[in-house]
Amino acid sequence: MKFLTLILAFMSLQLFSAEGGPCGHFLSEDGLEEGKCEEFKADHTDKESLQKGAQIFMNYCYGCHSLKYGRYNRVARDLGIPEDLFQENLMFGDQKMGDLMSIGMDQSEAKDWFGVAPPDLTLETALRGTDWVYTYLISFYEDETRPLGVNNKVYQNVAMPNVLRDIQGLQVSTCKQVPKLAANGGLSQDPLSGEVITEEQCGFLQIEQEGEMTAEEFKESMKNLTNFLSYMSDPIKEERKYIGKFVILYLLIFTVLSYLLYREFKKDVH
Amino acid sequence: MFTRLLNWVDDRFPLTDTFERHLSKYPAPIGQNFWYLAGVLLIVVLVIQLISGIWLLMNYVATTEDAFASIQYIMRDVDYGWIIRYMHTTGSSMFFLLIYLHMFRGLLYGSYQKPRELLWVLGWLTYIILVAEGFTGYVLPWGQMSFWAAQVILSLIGSIPIFGEELLTWIRGDYLISGITLNRLFAFHVVLLPLALIAVVFVHIVALHEVGSNNPEGIDIKKHLDEDGVPLDSVPFFPYDVVKDLFAIGIFLIIFCFIIFFFPDGGGYLIEYINYEEANNLKTPDHIVPAWYYTPYYAMLRAITFPIGPLTAKFLGFVVMGGAMVIIAFVPWLDKSPVKSIRYKGLFSKLALFILVLSFIVLGYLGMVTPNPLRTALAQVFTATYFLYFILMPFYTKYEKCKVVPERIKI
Repeated sequence: MKFLTLILAFMSLQLFSAEGGPCGHFLSEDGLEEGKCEEFKADHTDKESLQKGAQIFMNYCYGCHSLKYGRYNRVARDLGIPEDLFQENLMFGDQKMGDLMSIGMDQSEAKDWFGVAPPDLTLETALRGTDWVYTYLISFYEDETRPLGVNNKVYQNVAMPNVLRDIQGLQVSTCKQVPKLAANGGLSQDPLSGEVITEEQCGFLQIEQEGEMTAEEFKESMKNLTNFLSYMSDPIKEERKYIGKFVILYLLIFTVLSYLLYREFKKDVH
Repeated sequence: MFTRLLNWVDDRFPLTDTFERHLSKYPAPIGQNFWYLAGVLLIVVLVIQLISGIWLLMNYVATTEDAFASIQYIMRDVDYGWIIRYMHTTGSSMFFLLIYLHMFRGLLYGSYQKPRELLWVLGWLTYIILVAEGFTGYVLPWGQMSFWAAQVILSLIGSIPIFGEELLTWIRGDYLISGITLNRLFAFHVVLLPLALIAVVFVHIVALHEVGSNNPEGIDIKKHLDEDGVPLDSVPFFPYDVVKDLFAIGIFLIIFCFIIFFFPDGGGYLIEYINYEEANNLKTPDHIVPAWYYTPYYAMLRAITFPIGPLTAKFLGFVVMGGAMVIIAFVPWLDKSPVKSIRYKGLFSKLALFILVLSFIVLGYLGMVTPNPLRTALAQVFTATYFLYFILMPFYTKYEKCKVVPERIKI
């Protein structure tokens, strides 16, 4: 019986197991899970967060990454930013409010500089999910073996330089002592002293030298940035849900009435 | 005034006659249950797809440079373009969901048996056209999955021995999937296939109204008629079935609109996340998966891992996949049972149908996930059971003990 259960367990593992986590070598804070993304749920109603995210994007990302399926005036309108303020603070060059948010950088030159052309990010969160994007943004660390001196836990050997280093500071990948797990899944303890046995585990991210922001502030602003990107990938989301309520309400009334009609006619059938 | 106008028209066109024949005097059997709603809902979805398709067409650009961007233009810059697009993407999945339910109903109650053989074959033909329609439409957004799914499926043609490669180049119009291929699939998707679909659906309904609808009991209602020649166990389609259908349409639209407004991606099953990246012929995605409604066949394709003689595994997989679709058309002649409905068939028929449904669902799952040895073995087993349902049908339906079918429908 036990043997059968074991076989079944093994088979279900083969059947349903997913292949690794989506977040590469990113290590959870307790060091127990590798590849699991930090969670971040976007909130497109939080205008303040979206505005801050837009500011970060336009200042740090927009030099290389376009948002070429969106338009400036749509972003200004949806985020509640007056057009003159938007133009003054968030736009560079001679682009017009009604233009698509494409960038001037030549794609083939960009490819020469970085090895790959920086992708357009309009649909990035739709493609990879907000959890992935957020975790990616906080996962750059110093790595001298890489051409640009930087690597990323989520996207190993990414070609992108760490443009956020000024605000984030120097983040490194370190090792630390973590509690060792016993065979039963609990913490293993020293049988004499009762103390928890620890072991060294590497791959934790740690900020060695703070930048313009504290670690907390940096994470918060990366959440804002992810939120903004999530808005860019699905700008209609809030309006869609708003209209949807009325549509469903209308259909409920329609369905109840059609049910009453159906019930009335059903009485004729014997 | 109205009567005079009606008479004028009736002298020139059979308007009243058509209305009576297909609606107010069409005898619908009593006791039809939930499974009989899929048909009318399929008509609703067909209309949704046609109308939303026309509006998408007003802004879609079928070139490799602009196709992907034109979808985003529809989603962002066209007024309510997002509703139109989500109607179309949700509609395509609903189309398949409903047609599978509709086909299952046919198998369940023997709706293909004499005199409904041709009706079944016509229905099967709509399904095959729909498969082609779904595939061609899937390529149009020109995302990564569009491109690579087209690459995988079209390359199957290349696996045909001797002339496969030439045929593939001829169909593709190029040595690889390109703008030329896109334009062809586009022309098929918006002109040829919808025209064929409408024509076959029309004939399907004409055939249905000729032989009459079946019922869950599988009882022939035409055996017991009243003095006017109307079946006793029937009600006029209009208004009785129309009001029932209206109620069903209401419930269906609630589900449909809930998806459109609150869950349009369907968790990546209605719109695949990978398709949010523009097609790139230099970058193969890690997992190439077709839309969920094709995954059972995709699993069968991948289940064939061994060549036989000069025939490659890929070609054999292609044959098995095609065979799985074609064999459905032969059900009317494979079923030798004296009764129609599963309610009066024997244990073997019930078991066989259960195994078929189980195989289809398991294969659907296996087609979505990356293969490993166990999954491939399972796919092989369930591909076999899928075919055995059809191949063994003449035997288990002939030699099992059936119950006696009553003369009249009781509700």
